[in-house]
Amino acid sequence: MQTSEAKKVNYLSAQHTVASWLLTIDHKRIAILYLVSITVMFLIGGLMAAAIRAELLTPAGDLMGSDTYNKAFTLHGIVMVFFFLIPSIPATLGNFLVPLMIGAKDLAFPRINLLSWYIYMVGATIGIVATVTGGLDTGWTLYTPYSTAYATTNVVMPAIGLFITGFSSILTGLNFIVTIHKMRAPGMTWFRLPLFIWAQYATSIVMILATPVIAITVLMVAIDRGLGLGIFDPKAGGDPVLFQHLFWFYSHPAVYIMILPAMGVISEVIPCFSKKRIFGYNFIAASSLSIAIIGFFVWGHHLFTTPQSMYAAMAFSIITFAVAVPSAVKTFNWTATMYRGSVSFEAPMIYAFGFMGLFLVGGLTGLFLGALGLDLHVHDTYFVVAHFHYIMVGGAIMAYMAGLHFWWPKMTGRMYPEGPAKAAALLIFVGFNLTFFPQFLAGYAGMPRRYHYYPPEFQIFNVLSTAGSSILALGYLLPLGYLLWSLRYGRAAGRNPWGATGLEWMIDSPPSPHNFDETPVVTWEPYDYPDAHRRTAEHAASEAARV
Amino acid sequence: MSKHRYDPQATVRAYIMVFACLMIFTALTVAAAFVDLGAMNNAVAMAIAATKAVLVAMIFMHLRGGSPLNVLWISSGIFGFVIMIAFPLLDLLSRNILGIPGK
Ligand SMILES: [Cu+2]
Repeated sequence: MQTSEAKKVNYLSAQHTVASWLLTIDHKRIAILYLVSITVMFLIGGLMAAAIRAELLTPAGDLMGSDTYNKAFTLHGIVMVFFFLIPSIPATLGNFLVPLMIGAKDLAFPRINLLSWYIYMVGATIGIVATVTGGLDTGWTLYTPYSTAYATTNVVMPAIGLFITGFSSILTGLNFIVTIHKMRAPGMTWFRLPLFIWAQYATSIVMILATPVIAITVLMVAIDRGLGLGIFDPKAGGDPVLFQHLFWFYSHPAVYIMILPAMGVISEVIPCFSKKRIFGYNFIAASSLSIAIIGFFVWGHHLFTTPQSMYAAMAFSIITFAVAVPSAVKTFNWTATMYRGSVSFEAPMIYAFGFMGLFLVGGLTGLFLGALGLDLHVHDTYFVVAHFHYIMVGGAIMAYMAGLHFWWPKMTGRMYPEGPAKAAALLIFVGFNLTFFPQFLAGYAGMPRRYHYYPPEFQIFNVLSTAGSSILALGYLLPLGYLLWSLRYGRAAGRNPWGATGLEWMIDSPPSPHNFDETPVVTWEPYDYPDAHRRTAEHAASEAARV
Repeated sequence: MSKHRYDPQATVRAYIMVFACLMIFTALTVAAAFVDLGAMNNAVAMAIAATKAVLVAMIFMHLRGGSPLNVLWISSGIFGFVIMIAFPLLDLLSRNILGIPGK
């Protein structure tokens, strides 16, 4: 593997036909397929967000009526949650990196991996076509009895779309778990795995155990609506609150499907740009698993204003507070990693900083909502909207951007221009806060979510928010421009542009179709960065052994 | 896995036995449905179904003699399922126990 073999075939140049992409079983190409499709989804969802923000600029409904507005925010929610955020990091970065990071030639089931992309495409297409043609106005939560009995829009088709998409998530999770158990390179013990892998593993547990429940729940909505079975209808002995239990049994853990991989990305980026071994490796790994497990016991915090028994509510509230502990462990450990490190501010690191600040605000306001009393006040207000956007956009998408910028040189073999990348990261951070911070204030003052008109005293918050959203949009369009530009004009990245540790940085960029010419043997510990202040002789030795 | 020698004859025999058991249990389920046991009807049907599921998991899905990891994964699935049933049930059963609306 000498550098003189620069013209070696890589996974991108190996074949060029359309069929070679659509029938590929190379995990790296499937990652690219996902990357392209979720970017399209992000643009559709973003367009809806723009429509919502434009409408909310004034207190009156001037751009659209209630029905259209309801359809717009439903489409925004469904597309962003199910078709963008859930597959975002696992299906793109995860697909690309899991085999590379553990020293494997592919995932355990390459064909199932391709199948999961096709399932995703079928489900997403049905979902989008149904929501665009008939429209769906239930909100992404599909609450009963509105969705089963009263909504006059297209409920069954999008439900089927979600049902189908769920399987792609289950198959991805299955593939990752088997791969991580069975295909680690010799010497790659569990406690030498990059923390990104631990995060993907924990995410996969949630994907496998929770996704079947949402699939069956939306199917029950469809059956209830189509056949009038009355599963969620009190007249027939059913219970609408049962729907909320089942829906959030998946949808709360689904938040961890979005945020755990994001935390995995941050755990890779921060040590690299601090040039220091990560602080508390075992605790970060264990906190991923405990978030995945405890995350299954908190869903009732979405039901505090329903007739849910107050005893159940108390239990859910306490466990909700408990799940904040492992998240805090991670945040403190990242901070400790930077302490006395030689921190540098490349674009991925700026995104990671953005993640840490925004996730902190999102996480702490989550505790507000998990408190039984305060939740009654802010339930169904913009406070909730702001909170989950801080987690999902400020947390998950920020980390997705960090990861995309961090591994882009590996995925494409090209460097993007650093200046615009930093500018975009800052634009996103500023635009994001301007968009969503006023929503905390509006919500706390009592502005309810999901209305297209509102009392005039809330206008100032909404004007700020809409102004922020245009900056945010610019921040997201900029990377689309320079990343595409870099594909052609970016300078060659070389194997390891960041001086990062990890097996994926020891092979060519872009990697060859089979990843490793010979199976690597791992003899060193993870995050073996030269400690900023105590560079040891052992490290120098292990570095020599690696080259 | 590795400690159990693969013996095609014994395996096929076991499959046929399990299949026969599943058929007998299915017939039993139908028969039990015609006997009025009151609330016990559900319990009996569930018990038979659970026995069938265990047979399928143990023999057809090779949990018996397989790696403990598989057992762990199946158990985590069952555990998740139990949580899904148990928590909403806890909610349902503890509603209005003080006789005051919402308490
Ligand atoms: Cu939740």
